[in-house]
Amino acid sequence: MGEPQDGPLLTTPLHALHGELGAKMVPFAGYDMPVQYPTGVLAEHNWTRASAGLFDVSHMGQCFLIPEDGRYETAAAALETLVPADVMALKPGQQRYSQFTNAEGGILDDLMITRLGHSGHEHWLYLVVNAACKDADYAHMRAHLPAGVTLKVADDLALIAVQGPEAVAAVATLAPSLAGLKFMTSVDLAIDGIWAHVSRTGYTGEDGVEISVKSADAVALTRKLLADPRVKPIGLGARDSLRLEAGLCLYGHDIDTTTSPIEAGLTWSIQKRRRAEGGFLGAARIQKELAEGAPRQRVGILPDGRAPAREGTAVKSADGQPIGTVTSGGFGPTINGPLAMGYVNRRFAEPGTPVLLEVRGKDLPGKVVTMPFAPHRYVRG
Amino acid sequence: MATTKYTKDHEYIRIDGDVGTVGISHYAQEQLGDVVFVELPSSGKAVKKGDSAAVVESVKAASDIYSPVSGQVVEANPDLEGAPATVNDDPAGKGWFFKVKIANPAELDELMDEAAYKAFLDTL
Repeated sequence: MGEPQDGPLLTTPLHALHGELGAKMVPFAGYDMPVQYPTGVLAEHNWTRASAGLFDVSHMGQCFLIPEDGRYETAAAALETLVPADVMALKPGQQRYSQFTNAEGGILDDLMITRLGHSGHEHWLYLVVNAACKDADYAHMRAHLPAGVTLKVADDLALIAVQGPEAVAAVATLAPSLAGLKFMTSVDLAIDGIWAHVSRTGYTGEDGVEISVKSADAVALTRKLLADPRVKPIGLGARDSLRLEAGLCLYGHDIDTTTSPIEAGLTWSIQKRRRAEGGFLGAARIQKELAEGAPRQRVGILPDGRAPAREGTAVKSADGQPIGTVTSGGFGPTINGPLAMGYVNRRFAEPGTPVLLEVRGKDLPGKVVTMPFAPHRYVRG
Repeated sequence: MATTKYTKDHEYIRIDGDVGTVGISHYAQEQLGDVVFVELPSSGKAVKKGDSAAVVESVKAASDIYSPVSGQVVEANPDLEGAPATVNDDPAGKGWFFKVKIANPAELDELMDEAAYKAFLDTL
């Protein structure tokens, strides 16, 4: 999952704690990160689906866009030139998933956009971007933001995700008002005395929260959360199998500078006004694909047998013609079988279409399926 | 008593007359993590020492299993298809991969015995 990096690896504020918890560490996006803890990927995956898993995602980039004139519309209008989401419509505390597009309509990164709800900061935007892309994202924003909107990179924040059916209940024992937090909204509050920004969101298909906290408080907060027997630490290995079962894209694999949000099946993240008006980088391609359909489509693929089809596997039609490529593939513990996602020619994107997956020189049968593979269990309130 | 020898890639071969039973060491299964799929050679297949003869897949990745010796596959473990996790639970026993009729016993001399393999693991 990680790309080779030059120079020493960076660490998160929880690095020493991972060691204490017995994590196996691997390089990921330039950081030394836990890929698994002693129980292993399978048990961690299943624990997250059954109870609550805690993930250190402090390597991700957190930043703020601050309009000097104090008007939310100024910040929202500036960001809307770079993303296809309706940022203007966000209410204080509300959050949306979007993508930074390039001039060709490809995806530079995907990100979460939140309008802060904290009194006196309702004109601020808070963004969370991918670790491997963050420096490029910051440069991209600096190059395009108008005078009067400041990018403030928050290097002093850690990010901790707690995910699973017991996640909110567990965190709410330390901050009772969290129980009523709506899906895709956020709140600023104290968790057992530690000030934090909490969003009801995640990357596993489960209910849960992501907690942004001062780096200096990250270890103390994590220890409080792990003191609850429902909460166990989960590594990047299970994070990947969980998001794959949930049908969620991993940047650099399922989406990149060549894939458009329409091809990627992310049309839902482009609200009606933006589809009509455009006004973001690459809008021409995206509006054309909205009108005419994209030439290829991201789909779920289920192999008929037990052999996983990994990233890069060639996808063929039933008569053996090349029609696409797997972009993420592996084994889903919850569905107890292999699963994949990838891009296929639009003529083969219909669920139920039989396909062949070329694994180690053999064409293994499979079929196109609707995602997610494991049902989302978000609590929409 | 059967002798067991090891490769630097962490395969073992348990030698019983002219037939060797091939699997992966406890260390290897620990490094791989949860095994979810094993692809085995068919009976009768000729393998060369160092050839990829089987594939073991964990949740995260696929790894080749190299034959420790040259010879002919005489049997593949029929239980691994339905229960691949046996490789984690009992790598030296029920989690074996395949049995090979050893073509050239001299190749066994190039492999590590139990003590040498333990010493090798200490260097990792």
